Amino acid sequence: MLPRAEIAHWLFAAGFLFFALVLLAEAIVGPDVFRRRPWRAYLWPSLLLFGGVWLWVIAIYSTFSTLHLLAHALWAQAAIAAGVVQLAVVRGRLVAPAWSLVTAAGLFVSGISFLVHEQNGWLFARSAFLHHLIGWTLVVAVLFPLGAALRPRWSVWAYGFAVTWIAVSVMLFSDRDVAPIFGHLSELAGRAPVP
Amino acid sequence: MNELVTTRTKAAEEPRVARRGLRVLTVEAIGPVTILGGIVWAFAQPYRVTFFYPEGKGAWDWFVQPPLLVVLVGLLFALVVAPGLVDDLERSSHEDAAAG
Repeated sequence: MLPRAEIAHWLFAAGFLFFALVLLAEAIVGPDVFRRRPWRAYLWPSLLLFGGVWLWVIAIYSTFSTLHLLAHALWAQAAIAAGVVQLAVVRGRLVAPAWSLVTAAGLFVSGISFLVHEQNGWLFARSAFLHHLIGWTLVVAVLFPLGAALRPRWSVWAYGFAVTWIAVSVMLFSDRDVAPIFGHLSELAGRAPVP
Repeated sequence: MNELVTTRTKAAEEPRVARRGLRVLTVEAIGPVTILGGIVWAFAQPYRVTFFYPEGKGAWDWFVQPPLLVVLVGLLFALVVAPGLVDDLERSSHEDAAAG
């Protein structure tokens, strides 16, 4: 018994919210205090890897549409790549701030995947609207890891990155498979596609 | 030295201590604020909580109820992440003070 798409989105929203709170806490206390306990240091790379594995599971079940399959597979790869790099950063194998560019690339790929795999217009239904909104939010949020690579001492990047995930979580929680947005819902939304 | 005249070290230390106090308060507040957000959401949109509207709902609807997920995330953060973080923040503050 497979869950509906909206239920999978809400589960990811809960995961992203926890992920965002952890990032926010790290931004508040600073990385030195945050990484004093190893389990905490490994928490967010682990969450990224765990999210990546779950995105592969979603990709496996997204066979109803090639674009959905490709988009979820791309997110899975982006999340796992970012997770592996963060794991190496936490272990001290990678020290250059420029490694933050991998996270920036992951965010950019994720944002573009969101935008490309939504084939309906912004006002078709709430799910279409949110796919566009999340896609553009992730594309704009590339600024934060990019800033962390160029100006690593500025804490604003860490706060911005955490707040981005809170915003994505709120958007995913708002997602419904078929629901109106701003009182508008296309007559075609929710109907079976014409063969 | 009295309450009006202090050493320069002490004067410089006070804002830093206040900043750490604010950080501790903020970290401690993250969990409860999230829990409160979930509870407010449940009251604002009760139809998103299956316990309130159980008719015609499937197993996944009982397992995944968005406002309750938010409460759960807040609880997880408040009980698992925040206490150790506050301890470490305070310990780091004491170590800094001891180092002068």
